[in-house]
Amino acid sequence: MEAPILSVRQLTVDFSTDAGNFRAVDGLTFDIPKGKTVALVGESGSGKSVTAQAILQILSKKARITNGSLLFNDPSNGGSIDIAALPAESDAMHSLRGGRIAMIFQEPMTSLSPLHTIGDQISEALMIHADVDQATANQRTMDVLERVGFPDPKRALKTYPFELSGGLRQRAMIAMALITRPALLIADEPTTALDVTTQAQILDLIKELQVETGMSVLLITHDLGVVANVADEVVVMYRGRIMEAGSREDIFRNAQHPYLQALMRAVPRFAMAEDERLTPIREVKSASLASIDAPQRVQPAGPILKVEHLTKSFSLRSGWFSGKAREIRAVSEVDLSLPAGKTLGLVGESGCGKTTVSKMIMRAITPNSGKVLFDDGSGPKDVHKLEGEALTTYRRSVQFIFQDPFSSLNPRMTVYELLTEPLRIHDIGTSDERYERVKHLLEMVGLDQGALRRYPHSFSGGQRQRLGIARALALEPRVLLCDEPVSALDVSVQAQVLNLLKDLQSALGLSYLFVSHNLAVVDYIADTIAVMCRGYIVEEAPKSSLFRNPVHPYTQALLAAVPDPDIDRPLDFTKLRTGGFSQPSAWPEPFRIEPGEFGVMKEIEPGHKVRMGRLPAREAA
Amino acid sequence: MIRFLLRRTATMAVTLLIISALVFFIIKLPPGDFLTNQIAELRAQGESASIAKAEFLIRQYGLDKPAWQQYLVWLGVMPGPNGFSGLLQGDWGWSFEYDKPVVDVVGDALWLTLLVNFAVVIFIHLIAIPIAIYSATRQYSVGDYIATFIGYIGLATPSFLLALILLYYMNRWFGISIGGLYDPQYAGESWTWAKVQSLLSHLVVPTVVIGLGGTAAMIRRMRANLLDELGKQYYVTAKAKGLGPTKALLKYPFRMSLNPFIADIGNLLPQLVSGSVLVSLVLSLPTVGPILLSALKSQDQFLAGFILMFVAVLTVVGMLVSDLLLAWLDPRIRMGGAR
Repeated sequence: MEAPILSVRQLTVDFSTDAGNFRAVDGLTFDIPKGKTVALVGESGSGKSVTAQAILQILSKKARITNGSLLFNDPSNGGSIDIAALPAESDAMHSLRGGRIAMIFQEPMTSLSPLHTIGDQISEALMIHADVDQATANQRTMDVLERVGFPDPKRALKTYPFELSGGLRQRAMIAMALITRPALLIADEPTTALDVTTQAQILDLIKELQVETGMSVLLITHDLGVVANVADEVVVMYRGRIMEAGSREDIFRNAQHPYLQALMRAVPRFAMAEDERLTPIREVKSASLASIDAPQRVQPAGPILKVEHLTKSFSLRSGWFSGKAREIRAVSEVDLSLPAGKTLGLVGESGCGKTTVSKMIMRAITPNSGKVLFDDGSGPKDVHKLEGEALTTYRRSVQFIFQDPFSSLNPRMTVYELLTEPLRIHDIGTSDERYERVKHLLEMVGLDQGALRRYPHSFSGGQRQRLGIARALALEPRVLLCDEPVSALDVSVQAQVLNLLKDLQSALGLSYLFVSHNLAVVDYIADTIAVMCRGYIVEEAPKSSLFRNPVHPYTQALLAAVPDPDIDRPLDFTKLRTGGFSQPSAWPEPFRIEPGEFGVMKEIEPGHKVRMGRLPAREAA
Repeated sequence: MIRFLLRRTATMAVTLLIISALVFFIIKLPPGDFLTNQIAELRAQGESASIAKAEFLIRQYGLDKPAWQQYLVWLGVMPGPNGFSGLLQGDWGWSFEYDKPVVDVVGDALWLTLLVNFAVVIFIHLIAIPIAIYSATRQYSVGDYIATFIGYIGLATPSFLLALILLYYMNRWFGISIGGLYDPQYAGESWTWAKVQSLLSHLVVPTVVIGLGGTAAMIRRMRANLLDELGKQYYVTAKAKGLGPTKALLKYPFRMSLNPFIADIGNLLPQLVSGSVLVSLVLSLPTVGPILLSALKSQDQFLAGFILMFVAVLTVVGMLVSDLLLAWLDPRIRMGGAR
């Protein structure tokens, strides 16, 4: 059998911190065969990224390889070299790094320097490793940019990263990594920050390039769906150790280790049964939730929250030196309705306007036209016309759960202060009553009272998100707006938070507007799903009929692009290669919408509405 | 670009107009002026000839008119005793204290001030940047602590004290005369090579003294900026490309960390003129700072007004220069918003 490109043997990486030594990678052993893709899977903090940094010797100053070897067998010259024995700043290491082993990173925006052009940064990688002049390097850069799918490589040379979309930026990163024709590509969460359709295209591109160049890929990810679609072999890590390793078939069909089995059960899948529950790796029990009585309130006759013809434009100044302003329509004629006690899922890719909609519902942004109607049982009222006492009551009834549990909690306030702040603002209760209320809130979200005096930094991501939920519940709201509440969390924790939200809903009779880019998550939690694209709601249906019978081309593309952690349901890459799903003017008839038009929603079966272009409108006329 | 420049020039002109009004009326706030004070003094001494001259000057410069008229005359938009002759026409007025036109009083001082402070700026950057890079890349090393310690001493040392000590030793060891920017023998002489040499040797002490506090502050800020940038992902990318440590550092994080300093040019230019008054007094430097101080004290209104306007112009121009430089260096600002 051919020697593997990289043999990792007993790799151990230690961090020395103020709090003492910490072993991030502990005796890791695996091989990366030539021309294959090995996926390194694990939660955050499992040591997978540290392993990648160790292979390139770009560990942070606090970390050190304390044991083991990293044997790199370069297929181009047959030489074999132990990376772990090389000094980090030696010439041999410099020529390996970027030359024979290249790396792409998670966040394509921050991984590229904003001050230098794409062309400069890509050609630099070549000029470090090959003896070529700038003109040749530019030519090669254009070739590789064309290969990774830049429409106009010559212009791209002079483009800055912030002028590109996330997908193109990641393509530029790939171009930068591949211009030196490395033998091994390390991809550290290469698609985590991207939209699903873009993710599918990038995965497809990496696969294609791998076939072309015969390179090996070490793919680091936490997404089992991605693993199921692209990996040949899988290594599952937990706390610096390998839990299970094997071929993709073995791992997905016959998971042995309890950790891996638990991980598989924690991921929401499309094929889940109607009332199937996710099983988080670490279940959190809420002591008081089962015994709680939903507050007795007058139920509205219609939906509790209704959005009618909401439209919002932003004006952008198109540059520092020109005074011209451009109008961007972020939200176009959006209609939504949220029945009491139900969950409405709002799905779309980044920039589609879903967050703008939720902010308008919160009355943080004023719409250009349209209405937000809230009905607390006394009839629907326009939220943007509320004043005084009625507005305060509305603010109390609608609360927000934020995406990032790290930045949404003030690090200088204790948990007690954080949770009582809404009560203090609305001047509710005496300090004893507030204390009781906060204790009760913590119980509801499954945290113990010891948390009250601690600061947010001493909690994990999942715990912080539960604190965020507790804070949102402090005022006994009727509606929660959840803006990507689980997308910053690990899969295991994600399941925990989703289950908590479900339990809270049935115990307290809450209504959720659940905004997310993750279809599987929305499928798990929502009753009705609205798909949003470029400011339009393109399709809206009860979840069963949306997934059974997606009609709109954008919905179909979105569904097709979600990688399912099930190797019997692979992604259809060829279908996704065409692109242009999110261009309303590129949709096929009868869905095509020209710029400046709104189209009309048409009901195709009970509750299932699809946006059509002008064609049906003409028929109607 | 041209539209941008036009827009900026227009706002600059308005800003300067407002500043000129503020400057003039604040100078005029205390009762009386240089000449009325002088007349009062002369009356006490009973020198009637000088009083007549002073009263002539009062009429000549219209100091008996209301303040707003004086302001407009000074600005050059209202005819004075010599017709339209004010700042706009390039007539900077008369210094009563020196009994000379303002232009003659500040002429030499102005460019010597610029020279001294330019040397200071160069000194600060030459010393601070390498030390900051050293200390940021070796955070919490012995060298970093030493640099930090020296920096704090630099911040805490009273500059006039340091000035006196340095003057003493420069005189003792190198025989350089105390105070001034050149040996007294060259005063009033034309600029010969010997005078320039004397100037250069006298420049050392003021440069070090004025620059020390700034250097220490800049080391601290630069180190902090650079440390932020060193943690950024694009620096890891540069290293992962195989770039050597020095080149990776200078091309990426260092360049990013310069932005706040470029944005500071607008503040730097006026400081060149007014920032070093105390040290200039101690070192008896023939710079603008001490002149401004005495002009303000004696209500020598045209002299003080001119120097303050000059500082204002430097500020406004400095802001424009730093904005243009930022746009040139940082494409995000140049093309901001046009995504």
